[in-house]
Amino acid sequence: MQPRDIAPHEILLPVKPAFIAFTLITALIVNFLPWSGPLLAMKPDFVALVVLYWCIQQPHKLGFAAAWLMGLMMDVADGSLLGQHALAYSVLAFAGIVLHRRVLMFTMRNQILHVIPILLLNDLIVLVIRRLAGADFPGFSYFAGSLIAAALWPVMCFLLKLPQRPSPGPDNV
Amino acid sequence: MEHSPPPFFKRGPTPLVRLLLCSLLSAALLISDARYQFLDGIRQAVAIVAYPLQRAAAAPAAMLHRVGEFFVTQSALRNENAQLAEQRLQDAAALQRYRALAAENAHLRELLAMHQRFPESTVVAEVLYTGRDPFTRKIVVDKGAQQDIKAGRPVIDQIGVVGQVTRVYPWLAEVTLITDKGQAVPVQNLRNGLRAVLGGTGSDGQIELKFIPLNADFQNGDELVTSGIDGIYPPGLPVAIVSNVERNAAYLFARITGRPIAGVSSHGQVLILNSDIKVPERPAEEEPPPRPKKSRRGG
Repeated sequence: MQPRDIAPHEILLPVKPAFIAFTLITALIVNFLPWSGPLLAMKPDFVALVVLYWCIQQPHKLGFAAAWLMGLMMDVADGSLLGQHALAYSVLAFAGIVLHRRVLMFTMRNQILHVIPILLLNDLIVLVIRRLAGADFPGFSYFAGSLIAAALWPVMCFLLKLPQRPSPGPDNV
Repeated sequence: MEHSPPPFFKRGPTPLVRLLLCSLLSAALLISDARYQFLDGIRQAVAIVAYPLQRAAAAPAAMLHRVGEFFVTQSALRNENAQLAEQRLQDAAALQRYRALAAENAHLRELLAMHQRFPESTVVAEVLYTGRDPFTRKIVVDKGAQQDIKAGRPVIDQIGVVGQVTRVYPWLAEVTLITDKGQAVPVQNLRNGLRAVLGGTGSDGQIELKFIPLNADFQNGDELVTSGIDGIYPPGLPVAIVSNVERNAAYLFARITGRPIAGVSSHGQVLILNSDIKVPERPAEEEPPPRPKKSRRGG
């Protein structure tokens, strides 16, 4: 007898490192898109979302170094303080790696409940660093991006798992 | 831990140790970036890696724009053409007057043996994207060190001051808008010549005048232009219009806010004024007079 909240475990093909690199670069490009106006205020941080996904799914393939370097890229492209995203993404990777066994046990809805606080923590770190550097609090809409990112979690899980699904041929019934 | 795993399970340091390492590295970067600006080398190197991604991200929008341009109707084009022709006639009259004035001005300046003040060289730059950092107001344009842009150059659009180049990468430059909280522009009230320092408030479409005494003569609708005393912005460029003046005797300074004239948050192209303004050398600091030595005995 299985409790209801435990997700059925899928058997997936091993992930290719090139695919991880491809998703990270795509996330960077999506983040670099010319967002503006109200869209910018609600923009989810796709890089954070993808880094978190890989840290939870493949904690031995993507680690701190990659997360930290992605953060550095974001800092340079945003022209913000060098190191703020690097620090935030390191903490994100830590949370993902420490919690990966736990999060994967849950169904999608409960996984989102795990993802929300991790992404909010990510935002909070950037906010604290900027406050220390003398910036103003940009208002609570600042956190909206993370909630939207968490809502995108199931979609992203589905998309990123596609290449790992075994092809439904007559041999793998 | 009393039971360490056998060597074939070793996976390097634990996540906590790695997190600490990364955090320390980030903190070192943060502090050295915020306090002492000596990380430009790292920034430039990472910028070169990020550049193709940034261009790739800007490409779809540019393509959409081009496709949109292709489908402009003929009547719209004709209308625009007629408008432009009319505008051109009006401008031609103004231009002739301007040429006469410029010649006369140059002559007078020669007589007065003064330097030319207004920079001649300008670079048109395309705005690639607005900064995504919610804490600052910046735009990134597609001209950089390769086009001889230097940090500190003023940036304008067709109606007024947009901001200032604050960081230069090989093919990109970062422009801090005048609405950014840390950005200041020395201005002058066009109506009465009063000088002031204008600063951003950090929110779009609003600027404020700093440290203005309560009794200073500023009114709603006053136009503020650059005063040119900083040697960065050439004088006479429109910057902002005063929209609200609040005088409260409880505070030391009047609270004067306004809105920028230039489309600070909405433009496709900007103009970078790319030449040094000749300002006279700063006079050398005067040596403080030598303090009289204290001697116990009067001599």
